[in-house]
Amino acid sequence: MSIFLDRSSRVVVQGITGRMAQFHTREMLDYGTHVVAGVVPGKGGETVMGVPVFDTMKQAVAATAADTSLVFVPPPFAADSIMEAADGGIRYCVCITDGIPAQDMIRVKRYMLRYPRERRMVLTGPNCAGTISPGKALLGIMPGHIYLPGNVGIVSRSGTLGYEAAQQLKDRGIGVSTSVGIGGDPINGSSFRDILERFEADPDTHVICMIGEIGGPQEAEAAAYIQDQMKKPVIAYIAGLTAPKGRTMGHAGAIISAFGESASEKVEILTAAGVTVAENPSVIGETVARVLNKRAA
Amino acid sequence: MDIHEYQAKEILAKFGVAVPAGALAYSPEQAAYRARELGGERWIVKAQVHAGGRGKAGGVKLCTSEHEIQDATNTMFGRKLVTHQTGPEGKGIYRVYVESAVDFTREIYLGFVLDRSSQRVMIVASSEGGMEIEDISATRPESIVRSTVEPAVGLQEFQAREIAYSLGIPVALTQQMVRTLQGCYRAFRELDATMVEINPLVITADNRILALDAKMTFDTNALFRHPQIAELRDKSQEDPREARAADRGLAYIGLSGNIGCIVNGAGLAMATMDTIKLAGGEPANFLDIGGGATPERVAKAFRLVMSDENVQAILVNIFAGINRCDWVAEGVVQALTANPVDVPVIVRLSGTNVEEGQKILAKSGLPIIRASTLMEAAERAVTAWKNDRKQNTKMRAV
Repeated sequence: MSIFLDRSSRVVVQGITGRMAQFHTREMLDYGTHVVAGVVPGKGGETVMGVPVFDTMKQAVAATAADTSLVFVPPPFAADSIMEAADGGIRYCVCITDGIPAQDMIRVKRYMLRYPRERRMVLTGPNCAGTISPGKALLGIMPGHIYLPGNVGIVSRSGTLGYEAAQQLKDRGIGVSTSVGIGGDPINGSSFRDILERFEADPDTHVICMIGEIGGPQEAEAAAYIQDQMKKPVIAYIAGLTAPKGRTMGHAGAIISAFGESASEKVEILTAAGVTVAENPSVIGETVARVLNKRAA
Repeated sequence: MDIHEYQAKEILAKFGVAVPAGALAYSPEQAAYRARELGGERWIVKAQVHAGGRGKAGGVKLCTSEHEIQDATNTMFGRKLVTHQTGPEGKGIYRVYVESAVDFTREIYLGFVLDRSSQRVMIVASSEGGMEIEDISATRPESIVRSTVEPAVGLQEFQAREIAYSLGIPVALTQQMVRTLQGCYRAFRELDATMVEINPLVITADNRILALDAKMTFDTNALFRHPQIAELRDKSQEDPREARAADRGLAYIGLSGNIGCIVNGAGLAMATMDTIKLAGGEPANFLDIGGGATPERVAKAFRLVMSDENVQAILVNIFAGINRCDWVAEGVVQALTANPVDVPVIVRLSGTNVEEGQKILAKSGLPIIRASTLMEAAERAVTAWKNDRKQNTKMRAV
């Protein structure tokens, strides 16, 4: 098994006619992902690499039974597209777009609450690399070949640090059940805790590798959940020990503005919750390997 | 994006928040003239810089004559104001704001922030205004009231009344307080602010509620729909190198160390800085060149990093995923051939086609130090920097 995404996922790409969206749609199709539709208002009836394009999400879902979506829409229109996916019956949505206004995301999150829990869409991102269940399906912009299929769940705010972890695991012959990017924005669709809950319930995920950074409360909230409710081991790495306070470090959400938001405080909180923290990014792979071996012994 | 106090007050006034009478000046003579226009006998002269803590740093003066205003502003204009928020380099004073002085009986703290836990706008208020919120939460945490706003309907009157009552605002002023809170929320919401802070909000001797100071920060991601806010950007308040980088689409933050960093991805860039520190060095900058890592971007990044004269070694750390390492390596070689640098360059590539990339770097004949892991790269950068420093005891010519 895996979380969110597998061979049966039927994917619609929102904004499929854009240059970047076309490039990554090609990569996803090559990986074996079932991209069944695209949606671009005003371009219904066209096809992109053999994929039919629709004007609205409702039309796309009705015609193709799509249940998963990937948003490549530019920042001014991205929030609208996510809400259209939620209303159109999509179950899982990844938003890649970087630069969505924070208050648009506040409205998106409020909008999603209007659906009862059993019909509510799950959103990961925005400003993330996407989600991959290796060997099954790829939904995003990551290089598929750096992930081996396996039993480690990866959840990361940063795209490239998630790649770094996957590559180090692959170099040791260790595979991944699902890797989820939750993105670098201050208001995001799913938190570390939300993803950890899924991994805890997934029988094919044995160990979780969590990659956080400075800013925001989500690492500390995850620590409380890990300590109180998780049985599976969690390995963490937190970036930004040398980041100055009050400065935005590339990601809109990577800013230390309150107590408990610095990397050293997060490391302390996670360590106290029983998480094995990798001291530098070069040892993420070997730290996961050590915990896996201990678990096997 | 930050704006000046006088700009924040102008905006908030349009949303119904009462502010003292005031006017802007670009010279001591103009400041004195502004005071005469305003009338009265006492004025507050305030240096306009993008930083808090101005009062303690000498950026706010009470004056009782035009002569005093000239004297006070003479010592402000053209100087750098160093507050606990500016760092040692300070921020230049090019504008001062002259306000009629106000007698008040109480100071209140009022802040609107994006609360990341509730993922909503949160109002933070305290009866202990005049102090910074960090100090209030350390010394008088029980004085702080918080209220989150439901985004679908906005700030409700009952919420505003609850805040007014818990701050102990006199009953006769409740409506004024509700109007102030709702004005701030509407400004926050309609203009895509990320922070509105009024500290202090005062109750005057003649029973009015007045914003004596105001600070607003805006979401840079939303400036595309607020051109009138984007125009308020004041580059004189920004680090020149960071401003230049931002204009070129690079996320750069200058730091005080000697090892420059060129990295793709914000998380990996922070991790690179951290690893340099662990290896015994100090990073000179944060720099995310983005996912593409094209030869042009790499060349641009080298020029930017080398414009910092403290840089004595450069660590390039690129994870090539969709791009291939051989392509990135070509970019590094091209950039260094076109713009030779006189400091050691350490390159660590990882991801697709890493061996081919390493071969290209080795064959280039350029003095590039290669590394396979990030830790190894950081250790080599620190060693190269230390050796280089021994050879060149004099400062590097720039």
